[in-house]
Amino acid sequence: MKFLCVECDKVMDFAERQIPGDGTLAAVFTCGSCDREIAMLTNPMETQLISSLGVKIGGREVPAQPMELARTSLEGGRDDAFVLSEDIPLASGESATPGEGASAGTATVGRIVWTPEATGRLERVPSFVRGMVKRIYTDWAREKGVSEITPESMDRARTELGLEGM
Amino acid sequence: MRKIRTYKDVTHDTGSGLLEQVVDQQHRLADRLALVRSVVAVASGKGGVGKSAITANLAAALAGRGLAVGAVDADLNGPSLARMLGVSGARLADRASGVEPAESPSGVRVMSMEFLQQEEDAPLRWREPEMGRFIWQSTLETGVLREFLGDVEWGELDVLLVDVPPGTDKIARLLELVPELDLMLMVTTPSETSRFVVSKSVRMAREAAVGTVALVANMVGHTCPECGHVSELFMGDGVKRLEEESGVPVWAQIPFDPRFGAATDSGTPLVITDPDVPSCRAILALADRVEEQIGIRGRDAVERVGS
Repeated sequence: MKFLCVECDKVMDFAERQIPGDGTLAAVFTCGSCDREIAMLTNPMETQLISSLGVKIGGREVPAQPMELARTSLEGGRDDAFVLSEDIPLASGESATPGEGASAGTATVGRIVWTPEATGRLERVPSFVRGMVKRIYTDWAREKGVSEITPESMDRARTELGLEGM
Repeated sequence: MRKIRTYKDVTHDTGSGLLEQVVDQQHRLADRLALVRSVVAVASGKGGVGKSAITANLAAALAGRGLAVGAVDADLNGPSLARMLGVSGARLADRASGVEPAESPSGVRVMSMEFLQQEEDAPLRWREPEMGRFIWQSTLETGVLREFLGDVEWGELDVLLVDVPPGTDKIARLLELVPELDLMLMVTTPSETSRFVVSKSVRMAREAAVGTVALVANMVGHTCPECGHVSELFMGDGVKRLEEESGVPVWAQIPFDPRFGAATDSGTPLVITDPDVPSCRAILALADRVEEQIGIRGRDAVERVGS
């Protein structure tokens, strides 16, 4: 999919993606020559079609997670389908299960702590996708040098990563 | 009238990144399957011919010989392979590098939609919207099958069996994801209807240049367990006709045996518990053929890695 500025005969560049609601996906494209902007709006069916491809217009802020499409698309996912394995925390010393303390001797520099409030919020995420969501937040925190994940930092991550619904 | 350039004429990257993401998906799948010596599809195009039961028994037979075997249930809407291999309700370890498959008592690594659904009797449903479902559903299900193949930590496998649901479109879906399929076993029965449908699948596989295509004839006669008398279940000679017309060889003829289905229903493939009955001997002979086929490829793979 490309948008051509007919006036300038130039391909318009992707500028911004938004999900304003009602199943709409808005993608803004700009002409590099005349600065004209257009917004492509998709209806819910078209949004779903793009989502079904497992891609994001404008690129991904976070790498694709294992079984992401199945986990985010399946209705009636099994609560206990996934077992959080030891490497889920990713950051050294972080506990595998929300709220669970790190094992003795593993607390090292770079440990990322989840506050009880953040843990509570994570626990409200359906367990079917919880491991994936936790991994995304933890990766974000590590990349940003955030040592403690709070509801506020989760909001920030959501905004920065475009994690609507997480 | 102004002349608008074509999509291909416009070479400038828009920065939307869609193509790169699709290519990345393909690379992830290829990287994962690079550790798999052979991908073998068990298909038909026709429903109710016993593909899943044959897949389960073949997988168990190959694993019983010490091969590293994986099995993907590509039937997202009617999964049965996990049940047949005795791993219903298994939980999947969730790792950053991928999802660990379940392992059956017979040593087969299994991935199935059954593991992901909460309610046993719930039909497969995707999140909204209902509108235009026919447009995006196939795309979504192809994507989920890609994840079953590429996001599961299969590890090094000698063979990955894929149980393909009915419909030639489902064969096409798999070929889209795994274009260099090593072997496709086409399951058929002696019925004329089966021949009619399976011939379409055979043609599709050949046009896609699948490495090897072979027929597996199921429900070929019924052996009475009391007296050993063999009676025909179907009047047609569909298997012979299909073999002659397509030139695709028959690798196995599996007689009907109610114990075969019953054992598979119970989660223990009959080939494990009763390998000497005629249906299981046919499965073991099929395993010989498959092993012979992938054994050559396996040696090639080892040489490539070592070179």
